[in-house]
Amino acid sequence: MPKIPFSDKDLLLIQKKISNGQRLDFNDGCILFCSPDLIGKARLADYIRKTRHGKTAYFIYNQHVNYTNICKNYCAFCAFSREKEEKGAFTLSIEDVKAQLLKRSGEPIQEIHMVGGLNPSLPFDYYIELIETIKKLRPGSTVKAFTAVEIDYFSEITGMSVSEVIVQLKKAGLSMMPGGGAEVLNQRIRQQLFPRKIGKERWLEIVKTAHENGLTSNATMLYGHIETIEERVEHLITLRDLQDQTGGFSAFIPLAFHSENTKLSHLPRTTAFDDLTNIAVARVMLDNFQHIKAYWVMIGESLAQLALSFGADDLDGTIIEEKITHMAGARTAKGLSRDEMIHLIRTAGFQPVERDSFYNHIENRS
Amino acid sequence: MMKSLDTLYSKIKNGERINSEEALNLLIHGELLDLADAANQMRQRLHPEPIVTYVVDRNINYTNVCASGCLFCAFYRDSENPKGYVISEESLKQKIEETLSLGGTQILLQGGLHPGLDFDYYLGLLSYIKSNFPIHIHGFSPPEILFMAEQSGLSVTDTLKRLIEAGLGSIPGGGAEILVDEVRMQLSPKKYRSEPWLDVMRKAHQLDLRTTATMMFGHIETKEQIIQHLMKIRDLQDETGGFTAFIPWTFQPDHTRLNVKKATAVEYLRVLSLSRLFLDNIDNIQASWVTQGDKIAQASLCFGANDLGSTMIEENVVAAAGVSFRLPKEEMIRLIKDAGYQPRQRDCFYNLMEGK
Repeated sequence: MPKIPFSDKDLLLIQKKISNGQRLDFNDGCILFCSPDLIGKARLADYIRKTRHGKTAYFIYNQHVNYTNICKNYCAFCAFSREKEEKGAFTLSIEDVKAQLLKRSGEPIQEIHMVGGLNPSLPFDYYIELIETIKKLRPGSTVKAFTAVEIDYFSEITGMSVSEVIVQLKKAGLSMMPGGGAEVLNQRIRQQLFPRKIGKERWLEIVKTAHENGLTSNATMLYGHIETIEERVEHLITLRDLQDQTGGFSAFIPLAFHSENTKLSHLPRTTAFDDLTNIAVARVMLDNFQHIKAYWVMIGESLAQLALSFGADDLDGTIIEEKITHMAGARTAKGLSRDEMIHLIRTAGFQPVERDSFYNHIENRS
Repeated sequence: MMKSLDTLYSKIKNGERINSEEALNLLIHGELLDLADAANQMRQRLHPEPIVTYVVDRNINYTNVCASGCLFCAFYRDSENPKGYVISEESLKQKIEETLSLGGTQILLQGGLHPGLDFDYYLGLLSYIKSNFPIHIHGFSPPEILFMAEQSGLSVTDTLKRLIEAGLGSIPGGGAEILVDEVRMQLSPKKYRSEPWLDVMRKAHQLDLRTTATMMFGHIETKEQIIQHLMKIRDLQDETGGFTAFIPWTFQPDHTRLNVKKATAVEYLRVLSLSRLFLDNIDNIQASWVTQGDKIAQASLCFGANDLGSTMIEENVVAAAGVSFRLPKEEMIRLIKDAGYQPRQRDCFYNLMEGK
């Protein structure tokens, strides 16, 4: 690794470990998060990023579908969920989903990203039909759907094992799982923010089962609420351990908490320093993850662009209809065009590559 | 290539000046994190204390009627337009009182080139404010001063003298855009060229009136023209030493007649850090949260900026181009602390306020 002009000398020890191929431990993670030397951290992350991806920066042409916001979990950090009779509650029928997809049938969409609440009035057949419908209308697109939380719920309502649920969903056309629902894998935080939602052990068990059944998935961490630095590092190491076992994680995505319209609305927005630190530390700590995503919906397209120099290699998708973060006060646009995405990447000094869900390059179409 | 850039960085590190060609080389080929490191080092040399400053003030735009008709402007109205206004005394009073009650120390007083206002109007405006309120007036960018000189038939120096007598405390660096006439002919053909702009600043500095300097980029200019602009500012600063700060910002195209892609955050940060490196004779580099938003403004502190500008209780010109970020004082303080710096309120001359 080249010589880095660190202003925080503690980072030198970390650099040395990386150069020697030594794995970073809990302590190193804490040093990284706490170091005031943001550019020093960026340099470490950028070195690793460039080793893996050179100057390539990925994005995907995708569409979001949120099939319901009715949810029985009532997580304290969520502005999206509603009770059944509450104003603003919605559930999409299969016809509604069809209509949403047909509205954009002319577009070269590679991936449908679909998540929703745990709505007690929906039977398991509904989810199967959702996937089958999407595959019928968009046979060439990947269906990336259902977090571990939803999979657990399907297992609960059907009485089937997690494995069986996954096999059935796969048969219907599911190819990948998004990384949500992990929040911070920690019992203290779960008790305070999401006591009704599955905890660390179950989340890991479900994701492991999915990986073993041939589904890849992403991993996330929701930061910027009540979590401590130590809890962030534990979360990253937990994910890294599972990745050692299964190799099924595709990308890690730090998610910046948005407090508006949630029970935690007194909390301020995450700062640029914290957003960039989360990207950089993830890149440095997660030595067995191929991709780190800067999710522009949450941190803004400007900061996501800058994050390409802080360890991120993927700007996620073009999206258009983002709902979950915007209901929590996100000030970003609801979608980016392919041209805007390419412009952001090029003017950041990187080479844009449009990808599919599995990071295969999409050939240039006119 | 890499080798020659390394030589440049060590040159800067040794406190040596870079020339236009070298600056252009850095702007085109410099790696973002290398520029950040170099700018950061230079900023530390100029400001060894870990302090980031800000000022509490408000923009007061006394009129939006303007004869310039610049292509990049979404704020102005021509004199026939029913939405044209000239500020009332009542509104002016209320705005200043509010500024003072929020701990404000200055107002930024700027407006269009209104053909119906004469020189006495501006003198009256200043005297009214100074005789009623204990507040610093940072006002009238060079195009306004030139316009007043033309209307009054006075020389620039005499115009400035009269304004100073009436209470003008310093001049903002607006109206500079890009100080290259080729660019100005296209963007603002009716506005003053670069030499008159520089001349107002020169004369002001000679009268001990301090000013800032700005650059609006990200429209039709080339990288070479950005460097030419910086060079003109640096040369004048060598001559007079009157600039307190340099403030680059990006053009905001919405609601203007200029159809260009908005400069991105990374493009902004590259120019910001290059400005820090090139303008070795200007103490302060100000980040523009008004055009970049609070997140990139905070990140700017790693790219050579040592000042976050104003809390801006009111801002109208950029807001007219569809951008309205907000940054209250408490939030400004939180962002500065979070970046590892000590936040300090300053006055117009970058003196730190006591007890903050």
